[in-house]
Amino acid sequence: MRLSILDKGHSFGSKALFAFIRLVTRQPTPEILKLIGYRPDFFGAYMKKVTHEAMRGSSAWSVGDRELMAAFVSRANACEFCIKAHSAVAVRAYGDGPKVTAALSDLEAAPMSEPLRATLRMLGKLTREQSVGADDMGSVLAAGVTPQQIEDALAVCFAFNTINRLAETFAFSVPGPKAFEAGAKFLLVHGYR
Amino acid sequence: MTDINRQREALIERVLDGAGTAAQSERQAAFENAGLADPLKTFIQKVATQATAVTDRDIAVVLASGLTEDQIFEIVICAAVGQSARQYNSAHAALDLAISEE
Repeated sequence: MRLSILDKGHSFGSKALFAFIRLVTRQPTPEILKLIGYRPDFFGAYMKKVTHEAMRGSSAWSVGDRELMAAFVSRANACEFCIKAHSAVAVRAYGDGPKVTAALSDLEAAPMSEPLRATLRMLGKLTREQSVGADDMGSVLAAGVTPQQIEDALAVCFAFNTINRLAETFAFSVPGPKAFEAGAKFLLVHGYR
Repeated sequence: MTDINRQREALIERVLDGAGTAAQSERQAAFENAGLADPLKTFIQKVATQATAVTDRDIAVVLASGLTEDQIFEIVICAAVGQSARQYNSAHAALDLAISEE
């Protein structure tokens, strides 16, 4: 981490939790936990609620769809840690690795529903260009996506545009596949609370 | 307001207006990505628009200017949340307009 406080500045309780997680997973403490766990009263406790509601709250989108959205936004931001983390969860949620790989490598050719495709297209544009217009939203609505589904997708987009920037700025180290597998298993069961 | 909107507003209010070690004016400026002076200006521009380009040296320069790690932590979070909030606001306005035009 580029700030030493994010490696070493945690409370005793957080350090104990990290040690327990390392014991159970046999993997290093995930960098995201170090970020969220540092002075949670300033940011982490609030961000957890935003993220959990976006990713696991009531929605017509499945958990897999929203994890794919998170991975897709992260790819648009070139955030390796988040791409890998949320691809792993999406693969586990869908039970379909090739679906996730295809979506992230070639959105237009990947096998998926047109509503999901149109939504991902919009999220990608919003992430890359920082804004979208009424025509862009019109295209998503025309693909059969409801306004509530668009709102739900924007909630994922907000969460991951925030976390991607922090992961890159603070230089999250990227562990191996086993660490992301362990994380995916946990996130599918427990979410982001 | 839905739960997610309330939670997003609560996050923004906390990082901008709640207790912190960085000056509120600096946190607000970082959130808006405007009104900062270098080296923070250049650094926050990167955080907001091209975070993959942030380097160890960028952090070192900001630390050398007198900010503490805790202040940098807060300011960076404000910048990240601010950029995401601008994206969200743009998209929400676009959605409202698209719906009204249907």
